[in-house]
Amino acid sequence: MADNQDQQAVAGAPSPALDDAPALLRFRDDAPFESPIAPLADFLAGGNFAAVRIEPGEDARDLLPHLGRLKLVEIAFPKFRDGRGYSSAALLRQAGFTGEIRAAGDVLVDQLGFMRRVGFDSFAPNKPLDQKVVQATLDRYPHVYMKAADGRPPVWALRHG
Amino acid sequence: MYRYDQYDQAIVDARVAEFKDQVGRRLRNEITEDQFKPLRLMNGLYLQLHAYMLRVAIPYGTLSGTQMRMLAHIARKYDRDYGHFTTRQNIQYNWIKLEQFSDLLDDLSKVEMHAFQTSGNCIRNISSDQFAGAAADEVADPRPYAELLRQWSTLHPEFSFLPRKFKIAVIASDTDRAAIQLHDIGLQLYHNDAGVLGFRVWVGGGMGRTPILAKVVRDFIPVGQFLSYSEAILRVYNRYGRRDNIYKARIKILVSELGIDEFTRQVEEEWAGLAPLGLDAPQAEYDRIIAQFAPPAFDAAAPDTLDLSDPDFKLWVDQNVHAHKQPGYAIATISLKPKRGIPGDASSAQMDVIADLAEKYAHDEIRVTHSQNLVLAHAKKADLYALWQALDAVDLATPNLDLVTDIIACPGMDYCTLANARSIPIAQKIAAKFENSVAEQRDIGELKIKVSGCINGCGHHHAGHIGILGVDKKGEEAYQLLLGGSGAEDASLAKILGPGFDENGIVDAVDKLITFYRGARSGSDERFLDTYRRLGPAPFKEAVYGG
Repeated sequence: MADNQDQQAVAGAPSPALDDAPALLRFRDDAPFESPIAPLADFLAGGNFAAVRIEPGEDARDLLPHLGRLKLVEIAFPKFRDGRGYSSAALLRQAGFTGEIRAAGDVLVDQLGFMRRVGFDSFAPNKPLDQKVVQATLDRYPHVYMKAADGRPPVWALRHG
Repeated sequence: MYRYDQYDQAIVDARVAEFKDQVGRRLRNEITEDQFKPLRLMNGLYLQLHAYMLRVAIPYGTLSGTQMRMLAHIARKYDRDYGHFTTRQNIQYNWIKLEQFSDLLDDLSKVEMHAFQTSGNCIRNISSDQFAGAAADEVADPRPYAELLRQWSTLHPEFSFLPRKFKIAVIASDTDRAAIQLHDIGLQLYHNDAGVLGFRVWVGGGMGRTPILAKVVRDFIPVGQFLSYSEAILRVYNRYGRRDNIYKARIKILVSELGIDEFTRQVEEEWAGLAPLGLDAPQAEYDRIIAQFAPPAFDAAAPDTLDLSDPDFKLWVDQNVHAHKQPGYAIATISLKPKRGIPGDASSAQMDVIADLAEKYAHDEIRVTHSQNLVLAHAKKADLYALWQALDAVDLATPNLDLVTDIIACPGMDYCTLANARSIPIAQKIAAKFENSVAEQRDIGELKIKVSGCINGCGHHHAGHIGILGVDKKGEEAYQLLLGGSGAEDASLAKILGPGFDENGIVDAVDKLITFYRGARSGSDERFLDTYRRLGPAPFKEAVYGG
């Protein structure tokens, strides 16, 4: 998905928050996946799930044989300081996963830029994020130094055509 | 020197704007202090005992006269007219006010400087050899590779919430002036048997409360692939580094717990997946950056002789000047350890003088060393006398490089919230015993004393020939004595000699050690460290604690 589309998706009104669920911030054109999300152990035990949740200590590589039948991987951030989920998302994109990767939990606006770059394309933060700040954060950097899952060209590619 | 292009400047400008926005949201209480803390740390801002402390990044310790002059301006305008050069080649200011901080960042960005990633659990400012580009023994200038690492690690999306801080150092000669074996990643540039330029990669060194020397994770990685290889190391660390205990969260603990063989296997497996992704910069980018570190236009006709008839000048040359690879040139170290001084401190006026002298005599380049001194790496021998006179006029010509009074000390309890004891007064009291006789210091020879005010080890006490560690003993400041450490190519970790001391006791103990060493050494060439290694701790212990 191209970046300009992403930004339009942010600028548009996101789905309103339900009383008992955090607002979902989504950067995808397909319909949100509504079915239950299985814990990793249940998913690996062989249930017929199309969505799975992995916790910080769990290995995203366990999902690699099953990517074809997964529509959504939710990656838990119980604490925003625990950065393991960034590598989990990067690994899934590196393996070619094109389904939804959602960051859920203690997801703060100042993490969104990093999360988008490693491949997250939806967010279920515990507390709703201010749309204006989200937009400003995602528009912040005109260039990036290194390659990542979002496909943005690093400055060395711009420098040398 | 590396100069920013439009892309570098745009990223720095965006980063400054981002942090201003974050500060604003904090001041409006839209984010909590707990949420703000990692953001400000990633911008070099600590809350210390008395005020905010700001650590400004000096990539691989290299800066221009213009940049040094800006550091002087910052000290004058926002601080108390001085700055403190650190063991990781950065500069710290101790008295910063948050409300002035955005103006300060704007000032820094005008001279291509910033404070990004000088703290926090991210990849820190890259350090390197202060003699880079001038040392006769280097295979190539290591700084282009440090710059490639700087760019790769700046705002790295996957590695900005690591288990703990991450420090990388790069050298290019067998003499290690950057303590690479005490870094999370240490890189040594060399040519392999096939003549290919690449790195030996050490991982898992560090000091703090669990000092460990780094181990070789890969004997050779071609320069063209070292960024993706670094990415593989960081990914293994980010996934598996411990997060349950802050004191066990550095990569050194992961490497120790897995063992170097298993750690290496995991890195290689990760790298097999990453190598095909094109993460490494293309040769054109290497060439672009290397060109910016091209040697200055040396004067091939510069005379290679020195008039040493002034004995004070000769003393300074003998102690503080090193051979340059270009005939007619020399490397001059400016000691920031003057009599009664604070190790690493420089006043605004001194910084201005150094900036002027760098422009006039040293191709506009200044280096910061990990032992908290400064270097003018490209000085014409014909200019050295005038340079020395100008330095001497502002108390910057102390001829004590690597001698007993060239002490590393952390800020200690005078500034730091973590410290258990003061460091600076200990360094000053030890120096006071020797600083009036350079001849005596030179007779004692190379002796690296390093003082930390707490177990976190910012004063590198584990790497000291003599290390001193301040501890809290039932509410009193006390000092442990360690011997036998080295941060150089013969790296070793210092070991505790015996029971600790109070402030005066530790100073006396150091005196006794030096007296014993002078009597016990095999000859004038045998350094304190060599005598200790030859004889072992027992006679040193007897000298300090016996009768």
